[in-house]
Amino acid sequence: MAGLELLSDEGYRVDGRRAGELRKVRARMGVFAQADGSAYIEQGNTKALAVVYGPHEMRGSRSKALHDRALVNCQYSMATFSTGERKRRPHGDRKSSEMTLHLKQTFEAAILTQLYPRSQIDIYVQILQADGGNYCACVNAATLATIDAGIPMRDYVCASSAGFIEDTPLADLNYVEEAAGGPQVALALLPKSDQIALLEMNSRLHEDHLEQVIEAASKACKDVYAVLDQVVRDHVHEVTTLLGE
Amino acid sequence: MAAIEIRLPVARKLVVQSLAQGSDKHLVAPGDTITTDTGYMRGHGTYMGDEKLVASVAGAVERVNKLICVKALKTRYNGEVGDIVVGRVTEVQQKRWKVETNARLDSVLLLSSMNLPGGELRRRSAEDELAMRDYLQEGDLISAEVQAVFSDGAVSLHTRSLKYGKLGQGVLVQVSPSLVKRQKTHFHDLPCGASVILGNNGFIWIYPTPEQKDEEAGGFVTNLEPVSLHDREVISRLRNCILALVAQKLMLYDTSIVYCYEASLPHQIKDVLKPEVMQEIVLETRQRLLELEG
Repeated sequence: MAGLELLSDEGYRVDGRRAGELRKVRARMGVFAQADGSAYIEQGNTKALAVVYGPHEMRGSRSKALHDRALVNCQYSMATFSTGERKRRPHGDRKSSEMTLHLKQTFEAAILTQLYPRSQIDIYVQILQADGGNYCACVNAATLATIDAGIPMRDYVCASSAGFIEDTPLADLNYVEEAAGGPQVALALLPKSDQIALLEMNSRLHEDHLEQVIEAASKACKDVYAVLDQVVRDHVHEVTTLLGE
Repeated sequence: MAAIEIRLPVARKLVVQSLAQGSDKHLVAPGDTITTDTGYMRGHGTYMGDEKLVASVAGAVERVNKLICVKALKTRYNGEVGDIVVGRVTEVQQKRWKVETNARLDSVLLLSSMNLPGGELRRRSAEDELAMRDYLQEGDLISAEVQAVFSDGAVSLHTRSLKYGKLGQGVLVQVSPSLVKRQKTHFHDLPCGASVILGNNGFIWIYPTPEQKDEEAGGFVTNLEPVSLHDREVISRLRNCILALVAQKLMLYDTSIVYCYEASLPHQIKDVLKPEVMQEIVLETRQRLLELEG
């Protein structure tokens, strides 16, 4: 992408943010009545919807049941209208099955699965609008939905991406920055204990810069955590006040 | 051709602001440290993370002496002995039925913990096992009581009373189990002309009040006589009222349902589902309940 300046001399990015700044995050819990837990999140123009069912009896093949913990079943999908070009994505295209696997890995690390032997927890996420950081938006939405479902977790899981452009680490990349093809790191963090649930990097990055980029990503994760925590607390406060008792 | 009603998006009004701010509860979110004192016992919704007691769900902290629990706002149903549940049969196995009760594992109803036609003390023979599908088959709704809870959280049910058994004609509403208030009785004949079973598992069954009480329940023959229009209207209105109460997070029990039903009478049945009407009738219900408490 010649000619497009991703980071101006004054230190602004294409959408007017500073290097370490997040996009605006808006979220809501409990958007569906039918599911056990649900949440909707907007991170800038990236919009995601997550629903959680369970823990419930194993559906489908009962042989997959684990006798000492719950099985976490994830499914990632993108709406046909989510990208600039309308595209039908039948189940099982390579990108989404990879994403599904990552989500499963992330949430098996966070959910206290050993409390629910022989049962199954389903997490379904869908991207409604894709503008960079799809994995991160999905993780954040699924965290809220899991909390809404009352499923015990070690901690929140917050995810954010970071890139490295013109010797500066950039947090929370948008679509334009992602498409420029620079190195990109996606990090899912348990913010209270600083444990990493998932770290993924595409394209090459010099070892010397890795620490800086991870630093920027984990800073962004903690910023996301602050926002999600506020959403959860407001929701809990509202519902307990309504319930009275 | 009926006119179509279209509404524009409106900002949600927070009901919390209009209610008295009396929340002195200790609210936590997952990962919050509840206490660093090691003298406490770890209850549900918490875990030990290096010398600290940490919350694992979002909700209010409950302390009983040295035991600390966190109660989540909504969860799946956790069975307790003596609870009344409404469930749906999902599977017929040898000597038992599997029943979906909104718990984390399917519940079981043993053939031996059920009253079969022809006397209470009757040996269960092999013929009974073969005829199990004649009593209850997949998809049937039943009301039952929790007999035992297994170590993995699965529940065993029994229907050893004429109160329980197969459910006939009526409407099922599924709500969160935390919205059903625990009471002495969960079977109510409401003055408006219908009956409800408020299952502790959040399944609510609304049905026309049976005329002859004694031999109706517990049987496996469902009454298939047409239900009168008036009864059907009452049932539909009750259903919509319960949905309104759930949407506004008011506890469900006989008084709240009756009050909500009475508040909804000026509106048409279908209008009860409109958000503004819901808000109005539930607010009225809240007021009356507060007056009742004094």
